[in-house]
Amino acid sequence: MIMRRITVSEVWIFAEQRHGTLNKVSFELLNRGKKLTEKLNSTLSSILLGYCIKKEDIDELILRGADKVYVVDDKHLENFLIEPYARVLTLLLDEYNPHIFIAAATTLGRTLMPYIAIKKKTGLTADCTVLDIEEGTDNLLQTRPAIGGNILATIKTPNTRPQMATVRPHSTKPAFPNKNRKGEVIYKEYSKEIFKSRTKFIKFIKDESQQVTVQDAKIVISAGKGIGKKEKFKMVDELADILGGAVGASRDVVDRGWKTYPHQIGLSGKTISPSLYIANGISGSVQHIAGIQTSKNIIAINKDPDAQIFKLADLGIVGDLHEVVPLLIERLKEYKAKEVQK
Amino acid sequence: MRIIVPIKQVPETSNVKMDEETGTMIREGVESIINPLDLYAIETAIRLKEQFYGEVSVISMGPGKAIEAIKEAIAMGCDNGVLLSDRKFAGSDTWATSYVLSQSIKKIGNFDLILCGERATDGDTAQVGPGIASFLDLPLSTFTSEIIRLEKDSIRIKRLVEGGYELLKMKLPVILTVVKEISDPRLPTLKGKLRAKEIKIPVWGPENISAPDECLGLKGSPTRVVKIFPQKISREGEKFIVKDEDDLSEAINKIMDYLILKELI
Repeated sequence: MIMRRITVSEVWIFAEQRHGTLNKVSFELLNRGKKLTEKLNSTLSSILLGYCIKKEDIDELILRGADKVYVVDDKHLENFLIEPYARVLTLLLDEYNPHIFIAAATTLGRTLMPYIAIKKKTGLTADCTVLDIEEGTDNLLQTRPAIGGNILATIKTPNTRPQMATVRPHSTKPAFPNKNRKGEVIYKEYSKEIFKSRTKFIKFIKDESQQVTVQDAKIVISAGKGIGKKEKFKMVDELADILGGAVGASRDVVDRGWKTYPHQIGLSGKTISPSLYIANGISGSVQHIAGIQTSKNIIAINKDPDAQIFKLADLGIVGDLHEVVPLLIERLKEYKAKEVQK
Repeated sequence: MRIIVPIKQVPETSNVKMDEETGTMIREGVESIINPLDLYAIETAIRLKEQFYGEVSVISMGPGKAIEAIKEAIAMGCDNGVLLSDRKFAGSDTWATSYVLSQSIKKIGNFDLILCGERATDGDTAQVGPGIASFLDLPLSTFTSEIIRLEKDSIRIKRLVEGGYELLKMKLPVILTVVKEISDPRLPTLKGKLRAKEIKIPVWGPENISAPDECLGLKGSPTRVVKIFPQKISREGEKFIVKDEDDLSEAINKIMDYLILKELI
């Protein structure tokens, strides 16, 4: 075995869990982290906070690339509350001084990371889509879209450590597991007052209209004004269902009350990065485009051949969505039935 | 009840034009507006004031003309405002911005609630709200979609997270960043506009908020912009026009082929 020369301290990724389940976005962060540690000759560590943490979750982080997993298991960490989470992480950062610390740009990551960056008086870059190491230095280059996605900015934190970033979910593939990988698990314990909180978690209310949420989904099917009326959304729901995707909506549609706000995509709603985005009857305003720009594949269906959305679409169908979508649903059903027979 | 609402003046992004060569925004002729997401925080604050009495103060860090944004918030119904403006504030990243805003809030003092928009539509970081909370060591709820109940020393809120909502009970004072779902912003009234015209907005610099130079502007910012470049938005692929029945089935073929080719089904 070749001994690794450690030139800088560790690269940390925050392994996010919700309701006791490890969020798959953590595996994407491991993939990011691996590339960085290779360039830096460094060690990749996962930080896992929660309650009754499952051993298989810790193992999976190791199989997917973590050299070390720091675990803090306490009943006060069962649900995300800013004060105990930030205190525990600040103590961990003080003790181990990692070189880089990244988390996912989820509602949790985008709350926790800025709170900690202030305490550590270090730089934090939001919602990055590209991470790299600067040539000749050990600085992290963090690239992110800004001004409604009109520009990309590359940012670094030259003088303070750790260098912190949140990373847009789905902007990279999850790391694959390697069943021979071994890693070290470090359990940390803290005294009671570290877990104090002025906020009480009462409960989580599942949104039944979001079987798959737009931020988490690999496939998002959305509709805009062109859908015509609320009832017609059924076919969009059905298309999403067949493709295993989530349902999105443009601002117009949400303002008309045809879909609820959690479905809204764009500048005043969610920014998403799915593998596939299908825009039905969406004209493609600047605000909407800002929310979907980093989608891998975009298919647009719109009656208006000059609709802006076609500028962004890999495949554009100029036609009536009320004709196209039902036929597409039919074809997909036939296709799926055949696949099952195979 | 005292509510403080930090706001930002941003360029009206729906018709942003970029200089393709330099990758910078062409600011000439671009209107400045209150960050649209801050309007939800302003509206929420005014509604709480109407319900429980009290005072809503708006603060904003920016150039001299950001006073327009503060005046507009006053025209909507906020009571007073402070502009934080000084050459030394220029070039601040989210750390330094959060610092200046939190120092100003400390100076204003004696508040129950700080309400912020979820993020600004230009910088798009969503880091300043949590940053202020951290400097002031306050409980924080981000992505807040509803204030369920406000009591003497606590508040119950609902926040929008992946897959649903969380209900939290928080001890006052707190800081909330809010999403669109929380309110429907009103328009400024004529009476409000007249009041805004008359009102004097104090302008504070570093000396007013006891902020040392090393915490301000570029000096106080741990991050540096390495480069800015335009995002290539156009990636126009095939466009297929449906004129008749045959075209329609061809269109479906094209979608199916695409989905299969890209292994999306």
